[in-house]
Amino acid sequence: MQPTPHATMAASLARRAFLSRAAGGIGGLAAGSLLAADAVAAGLTDASAAAGGWPGIVRPFHVPPKAKRVIWLYMAGGMTHLDTFDHKPKLAAMNGQPMPESFTKGQQIAQLQGQALKCFAPQHPFAKVGQSGQEISTIFPEISARIADRIAIVKSLHTEAINHDPAHTFMNTGSMISGRPAAGSWLWYGLGSDAEDLPGFVVMVSTGRYGQSQPIAARQWHSGLLPSRFQGVEFRSKGDPVLYVKSPPGITAAGQRDVVDAVSRLDSLRGEMVDDPEVAARLAQYELAFRMQASVPDLVDLADEPESTFELYGTKGGDGSFAANCLLARRLAERGVRFIQLYHRDWDHHGSVKDHVKGTAAEVDRGAAALVEDLARRGMLDDTLVVFGTEFGRTPMAQGNGRDHHMKAFSIWLAGGGIRPGITYGATDELGYDVAENPVTVHDLHATLLHLLGIDHTKLTIRAQGRDFRLTDVHGHVVKGLIT
Amino acid sequence: MFRLVRNLLVPVWLAGAAGAAEISFDRDVRPILAEHCYACHGPDAASRAAELRLDVREGAVADRSGVRAIVPGNVGASEAVTRIRSTDPDVIMPPPETNKRLTDAQKAVLEQWIASGAEYEGHWAYRPLVRPDLPVGAAAENPVDVFVDATLAARGVAPAPEADRVTLARRLAFDLTGLPLPPDEIDAFVKDTRPDAYELLAARLLASPHHAERLAAWWLDLVRYADSVGYHGDQEVTMWPYRDWVLEAFAANMPFDQFTREQLAGDLLPNATRQQRVAAAYNRLNMMSAEGGGQDKEYHAKYASDRVRATSGAWLGSTLGCAECHDHKYDPFTTRDFYAFASFFADVAERGIYHGATWGETMRLPTPEQEAEQRRLEVALAAIVAPPEDASEEEKKQVAVAREAAKKALDAAIAKQVAMPATVSKPPRTVRILPRGNWMDDSGEVVLPAAPGFLPAAPGGAGEARRTRVDLAAWMTAPENPLVPRVLANRLWAIGFGEGLSRRLDDHGSQGEPPSHPELLDWLACELRDEGWDIRRVLRTIVTSRAYRRTSTPGEGHREADPENRLLARQNRHRLDAENVRDVALAASGLLERTVGGPSVKPYQPPGYWDYLNFPKRTYKADTGTALYRRGLYVHWQRQYLHPAMMVFDAPSREECTARRSRSNTPLQALVLLNDPQFVEAARALAAATLGAAGTDPLARARVMLRQAIGREPLDAEVGVVADVAERQRETFAGDPAAAKGLLGVGAAPVPAGLDPADLAAWTAAARVVLNLGEAYTRN
Repeated sequence: MQPTPHATMAASLARRAFLSRAAGGIGGLAAGSLLAADAVAAGLTDASAAAGGWPGIVRPFHVPPKAKRVIWLYMAGGMTHLDTFDHKPKLAAMNGQPMPESFTKGQQIAQLQGQALKCFAPQHPFAKVGQSGQEISTIFPEISARIADRIAIVKSLHTEAINHDPAHTFMNTGSMISGRPAAGSWLWYGLGSDAEDLPGFVVMVSTGRYGQSQPIAARQWHSGLLPSRFQGVEFRSKGDPVLYVKSPPGITAAGQRDVVDAVSRLDSLRGEMVDDPEVAARLAQYELAFRMQASVPDLVDLADEPESTFELYGTKGGDGSFAANCLLARRLAERGVRFIQLYHRDWDHHGSVKDHVKGTAAEVDRGAAALVEDLARRGMLDDTLVVFGTEFGRTPMAQGNGRDHHMKAFSIWLAGGGIRPGITYGATDELGYDVAENPVTVHDLHATLLHLLGIDHTKLTIRAQGRDFRLTDVHGHVVKGLIT
Repeated sequence: MFRLVRNLLVPVWLAGAAGAAEISFDRDVRPILAEHCYACHGPDAASRAAELRLDVREGAVADRSGVRAIVPGNVGASEAVTRIRSTDPDVIMPPPETNKRLTDAQKAVLEQWIASGAEYEGHWAYRPLVRPDLPVGAAAENPVDVFVDATLAARGVAPAPEADRVTLARRLAFDLTGLPLPPDEIDAFVKDTRPDAYELLAARLLASPHHAERLAAWWLDLVRYADSVGYHGDQEVTMWPYRDWVLEAFAANMPFDQFTREQLAGDLLPNATRQQRVAAAYNRLNMMSAEGGGQDKEYHAKYASDRVRATSGAWLGSTLGCAECHDHKYDPFTTRDFYAFASFFADVAERGIYHGATWGETMRLPTPEQEAEQRRLEVALAAIVAPPEDASEEEKKQVAVAREAAKKALDAAIAKQVAMPATVSKPPRTVRILPRGNWMDDSGEVVLPAAPGFLPAAPGGAGEARRTRVDLAAWMTAPENPLVPRVLANRLWAIGFGEGLSRRLDDHGSQGEPPSHPELLDWLACELRDEGWDIRRVLRTIVTSRAYRRTSTPGEGHREADPENRLLARQNRHRLDAENVRDVALAASGLLERTVGGPSVKPYQPPGYWDYLNFPKRTYKADTGTALYRRGLYVHWQRQYLHPAMMVFDAPSREECTARRSRSNTPLQALVLLNDPQFVEAARALAAATLGAAGTDPLARARVMLRQAIGREPLDAEVGVVADVAERQRETFAGDPAAAKGLLGVGAAPVPAGLDPADLAAWTAAARVVLNLGEAYTRN
């Protein structure tokens, strides 16, 4: 678009303002204002850095990194460990019998408060699969057949919260008190992101048909004490993929560009008049916003994917399914997004656990297996850490024909960058109630995750409310047994 | 020597400023000790290493088998110096594993301090509050300027000149009302030649109902006001009458001690009025849960901690919440202090886990009409007398039917009245010290309500009498309490300067920041305490100072001498808060609905944004009519899913007390201003208003439009850029009527008849430029 006469003078003024700050357009500007600022060392001010250009504060790495990015598959609602990854034959043998008091006395209980506690057998058979002989429930045929030898099953997680809301908050932020940064925000803050036109922390949510759809609060991907620019951004399967990413009706890309350019000119001019260095950062944000308006639709447009992709994932995409989100997760990973988190809200099985856990497992089995396999085929699994986790487990005791929340033990699996493949780590007691071997706390999981990404969890901190906060609070040990 | 002083001894905030101060423990030494030493050698006895404490002088200078950490006046004999100067990893302090390093400059400060006698001072915020003397002959000056100018003179920094009148008017309006001053009012002020024109404008804005809205937004962050419960299902809860009370209190300039008393303990006051009981709903603003499987006891503990964090954050500017599991590591708060503070609220009736859509004790708030209606129906019900014994069955039945109908009518009338959670005092729950914060551990000692031990004691508590929330309120604003007035003064200062004199508005403890102008802070605090806790008076003093009126554009050498502007040689500049970003766009467009108070409103929101809420599932329904154009203050505050346009501009979720919002700059903000229907509609309304008022000349139109958003007279070059956008886009829209129709169809406000759609669409595009300018949302 040719500038018209009115604008000529403004344009030249604006350009002068522009060039007086940094040579080389927006990119140079952003980097210039960023690197010049001691704010980085001081814990940064937002305006000092343009999104996408944020290099992270962990420079150099504290430890040699084994992974560059994280994809966290979050089985929301409390995935039963007893019917998925932690086989307990003794529990089957004691089905219907009273749960021995030696296990439960004085322990915290959720909905089973004050009720008779009876053992409840695993509801589906387990099989030893792969060369590794991992023991996995038969409700995960795809994971069993395709990736069993690639994953490390951890059977000894335990947590501090027995209800969904605080347990999610604890799993994501390391604290049950609201307001601490989510793990994805920490990583973006610490390492920056390689995605130039996308946020460094992306969240997607799918909802299944079997369990109760427990709420998920936006606080689970909030940046908390960190600057807001590190907040996770939700990619949605309905409506605009990112809130407000679509131009208003009747506005073409060229029309939007015209507006953004005019804003840049006028802001630059003003910045010059009042000597305001913040203006450079603001211009960079507008530029990035404009680029996101193209890059986000491009990301969710699967036209460039071959048919084999859709066969692998079992979806054509765009249906809001967990598998479709897994495919998008791979595309986000390819573009350098640092932390990708997929919630599947269907695991709260207080009743009918036999049918429902099978149904929910079927909703995630293929997508999760396809994602790991796809990453491996592309050579990306080596530097991508995949977490398949949940906020807590479920009781070995029956709640009718379901299971109640359980915080003393639960299972997750990890795969990819730096994870020893085909192993099982930790163990529960014979009834799957308590951790018996190699306990892993949520803080340990966080410490290990940061370690794999090249970060010493005790060194990634933010000063707020009078002290240094970290993802692992004052706890956490790297679980060496999981690492190659 | 000058170089040495300049590089080593001047605290960070003054680095580069001319001249140097003597070492001040508060300003220079304590921050170093707190940051590097107190975690292991501080107030927390449980984590204290080598039984050495450095936060009190007796500990630091104590003779420990012939070794003294600090020997006043003798650097060489001080073991601490040996340690900090050591290169041996087994000897050096702080130990390498803490990841804390002292810089050479910091080591030099410590040595200089030890050499000069290692005098400790009580922490600046906790010291008794004494009114500083003003220099003789300064009576005519605004005391703010006496203090600020003295520091500037001592540093040899010349202050910036006064800002231009337009900037002053806009600054004043943003700070005092959160709204832009309309161009005609700016013009009136610019032309006002009266010597006290500025003071008159300030007085007018301070008296405006919108001033109460501005202060309410600040206060609601501190007390974590929201329209939903926060935990789990995040169900809606009716709290807006409390917000109305806050608005009325600020509008009436209610003294802060009364403001404090009514919120903390309004329900306990003799003959408590309805308004006082509404104020006391402060005690019910905590998050609440109705999650199945939650244990009452656990949530009672959560709510108790929540109240300690919020109340200590809002009034004490302190992180007492840190002492839940252990004694505070940096400040003299003990775990006992935490639970004793929690104990003040143990009488507030509440459940741990709530059920259904009810939130414990409620109070009904009928309007006068509803009250009259209720009384009428009660009288009518009472008038139905029992039938005589010998009445026929038919008569008895008729009476019963009539009574039933009257009762139903009365119940229906009552059900229509607003009901909100109420603070009702019941026999207090037992509060124990929870070891490591573990709510399942009942082994801790029972504690009664008491103020933190290192501060002056709270009144009451004599003999058998248990201290109450009334006592807590009295303690907060007692003349002996030095902390509350300092915290309040610091925060009021931030209303006028965007930053506090101590910039850590959330922490006035040792990990906070010593004030840049301690005497000024104390003087302002004394003004509050000694002159009737008059917030408006103090704000007036601040905004009428010369310091306040300076330009924010740095003068020669300002940025180099004082990059963070701690000396206040100039004003600060910052982006407006989320609510006011919305207000600016609506005000500029003419859509703003200026009604004050009332229930929260629901603006446009992207469909599906609430999809992950449950119990119950909710479909967001935007309001209609003028409710769409209310100020940001009234936007429905859903804690788990705050309106996205508010959230991206750093509005907090209000799950916790927020004393200082971040001011971020992100691409999502650009997306909101560019594409959120609320802002697109505002652009369309601004265009329509401009076309109606500014004739057909594109430059005249662009000029009018710009002034609506930025207040000042725009430059020709700026006018040209805006006019050019309209011209270019007119071609596009003339050739594509559907596009014009699409753009003009955004938003519920009617499109004025008689305007050419292509013209209006083109100027809507131009207005989008104007409503995306950084300047429009910058308080300068």
